[in-house]
Amino acid sequence: MKALLSGNEAIARGAYEAGIEVATGYPGTPSSEILQNVSTYKTIYSEWSVNEKVAMDAAAGAAYSGRRALVTTKQVGMNVLSDSLFYTAYTGLEAGLVVLTADDPGMFSSQNEQDNRHYAKLGKFPMLEPADSQECKDFIVRGIEISEQFDTPVVVRTTMRTSHSKSVVELGGDPAQAGDVGPFTRNMQKYNCMCLWSKKRHPILEQRLLDLAEFAETYPDNFISWGDRDLGIIASGVVYEYARQVFPKASFLKLGMVYPLPQKKIKEFADGVKKLLVIEELDPFIEEQVRAMGIDAIGKALFPPCDELLPQTLQRIARENGLLPPVEKTLPALDTPDLPGRSPVLCAGCPHRSTFYLLNKMKLPVAGDIGCYNLGTLPPFNAQHTMGSMGASIGVLHGMGKSGLPEPAVCTIGDGTFFHAGIPPLLNMVHNHGKGTVIIMDNRTTAMTGHQDHPGNNYTLMGKPTKEVDIETLVRALGVEKVMSVDAFDVKAMGQALKECTAYDGTAVLIAKGPCIFVSRNPQPAYNVDTDKCVACGTCAKAGCPATIKIDEVNPKTKMKKAGIDPVLCIGCDICRQICPTGAIRKPE
Amino acid sequence: MSEDSYKFLIAGVGGQGTVLASDILAEVGIRLGYDTKKSDILGLAVRGGSVVSHIQWAPKVHSPVLDEYDVDYLIGFEWLETLRRLSYIKPDGFILANDCRIDPMTVTSGEANYPEKDRMMADFKKAAQHVQTIAGTRTALDLGNVLCFNIVVLGGLSTILGNEPDIWRAVIKERVPAKVADLNLTAYEKGRELIN
Ligand SMILES: Cc1ncc(C[n+]2csc(CCOP(=O)(O)OP(=O)(O)O)c2C)c(N)n1
Repeated sequence: MKALLSGNEAIARGAYEAGIEVATGYPGTPSSEILQNVSTYKTIYSEWSVNEKVAMDAAAGAAYSGRRALVTTKQVGMNVLSDSLFYTAYTGLEAGLVVLTADDPGMFSSQNEQDNRHYAKLGKFPMLEPADSQECKDFIVRGIEISEQFDTPVVVRTTMRTSHSKSVVELGGDPAQAGDVGPFTRNMQKYNCMCLWSKKRHPILEQRLLDLAEFAETYPDNFISWGDRDLGIIASGVVYEYARQVFPKASFLKLGMVYPLPQKKIKEFADGVKKLLVIEELDPFIEEQVRAMGIDAIGKALFPPCDELLPQTLQRIARENGLLPPVEKTLPALDTPDLPGRSPVLCAGCPHRSTFYLLNKMKLPVAGDIGCYNLGTLPPFNAQHTMGSMGASIGVLHGMGKSGLPEPAVCTIGDGTFFHAGIPPLLNMVHNHGKGTVIIMDNRTTAMTGHQDHPGNNYTLMGKPTKEVDIETLVRALGVEKVMSVDAFDVKAMGQALKECTAYDGTAVLIAKGPCIFVSRNPQPAYNVDTDKCVACGTCAKAGCPATIKIDEVNPKTKMKKAGIDPVLCIGCDICRQICPTGAIRKPE
Repeated sequence: MSEDSYKFLIAGVGGQGTVLASDILAEVGIRLGYDTKKSDILGLAVRGGSVVSHIQWAPKVHSPVLDEYDVDYLIGFEWLETLRRLSYIKPDGFILANDCRIDPMTVTSGEANYPEKDRMMADFKKAAQHVQTIAGTRTALDLGNVLCFNIVVLGGLSTILGNEPDIWRAVIKERVPAKVADLNLTAYEKGRELIN
């Protein structure tokens, strides 16, 4: 049977066909849809873990118990889980373990452009890289096979394009029924990384890599397709598809396994072609290894290390360097050269709006964090002055508080991010006499990555009811004494609470409570503007709502355009009415 | 072989339903017997940002991403976003532009101006041989749900392509939520009628 699947849907299908029984992960674009799709297969236990490290440890525990396991993460989540992934390379497992990392060349929704292939070398485990949805599915099945054959975790690396593109997949059969497991294997020399035992495991790990390199020589997903011998190209992942399109006649060595590399096969290929290119997105990971073999390959001398390496970029570079004949294609000069940009914005009705409106007005320094609220960084708010990694805001705030700044500092962190990595740094503030205001923006969901559940919700990924953790109780239990919970849609109360918290000499927590519109799903009738009362002062625009528009009518004195409200977008959250100084914005009768 | 291939680019604003439209278009390609690939941008960009979907039907598709100057059909869901992707269209390509304007924040705040319609239209005509506007948003509002404008536009596209409408009807019915299936099927027929 055939189906049109995204890479992420195909990976979920692969997990099913591979007989994976436990799947854990933490959301993050471009990986999030994998577990969402896995949860539709009832043979697999799946969960959104509280963060990537916990997901990795839980999967290790399942694999130690004899259950095949999968972990999913976006590229930066590998940094969080790597500490745990690395011990599994030493211990090996009782059942197959695959870790899926989805990288983001082009940084469509990430804070950096790291190339996670390096992790394979650093942590000493094999890595597979699929090029399309068919391979996404197949490589999960193969990953489990390799994991069990070599007693190692296997990492499968996709990129945004492989994860989010759809292509046709030939589906495989149903997995064998899962059997019973246990009792738990008590093999401490293998599973307890105490240094004296771990030292003995290290040579095993090194030998395993040599065995895997030998295996890679005949591994069918590393294959040569001979074409014109003047040009040979080594590529993997979606870049292989790009290169096939741009150089249809060339010879190709397609690598399905990007670590360890099949040296003999690479040598055979290099010997068979006149000119050898290694085409890679981001870092010269394969190129450096090929060149270290003494082979004269060209890679990063031509192809840039930043951004996606799309076919049109490949084509341009190939033409400029005489690899393809030049072609002149230019767009006619347009009448409208400077287009206004269109950045993403907080949705109409978003509970984060009041916080950023106020922070902008109060002109406080803000340590920011990652989530939809990162949009508070952009105009008209300009109100997150730092942002680096999930949970960093609280630690950065602490450092600011210890630096003797002339003004009180605050940080903004979402409920999801607080559970993920915000608890230890808040505990640290309490213990080390921190000073500053932590604003926890509790919108009841992990909104940015697609509204996944977290410990503040009363349901799990598999739809089971569960205990809802109360953030205020948790924060008080951590030892914070100044805690205020405020309705995020009440601008005045939020303003007062911010004043009170920032005047406090110590660690204060302000919990701004308001559900994401995708959680509440309770749109109210659209508001409207009394144009007689509107003086076109522009205050409402400072709330940065996409439903607040400008109309053609102007204030005759200032010639400024008056405000209007887009009836299609407005969901009646009331924030603009509260901030309008002339009372021109009305709730409908 | 290349004659029997179709490259589509859908340009719009996050939240306008480009992903649903590209899913439908890709699935129609499969039912018509093509190898099909498509690529969307998901994640943060969805919150009202500028978005684009690439869809191809051909005997064999390699890259899921399309090149500039190489798209047969540029399907614009919004004026400014159509304009933004003009470099993708082939000189003999077809631009199907939904008549819809959504001001970006920079325009609302007065920092930038939204280009005038006449000038945008002139640019469309410079870039591509065939240009057609379609009142998708107006039609969807008349049907009582602005969200189904994307299906109105697909209806128009299916007339232009001259495909068997039953394939489209079947795919639309499968892909949209059951409770709005009838609305979307009507939207599709309205879209077909808007182009002739
Ligand atoms: C280590 C790591 N994991 C995952 C992500 C992807 N990610 C970015 S923000 C975010 C969570 C956002 O949720 P929340 O803090 O509740 O804010 P909201 O979007 O709901 O406003 C996630 C999962 C990341 N950037 N880094």
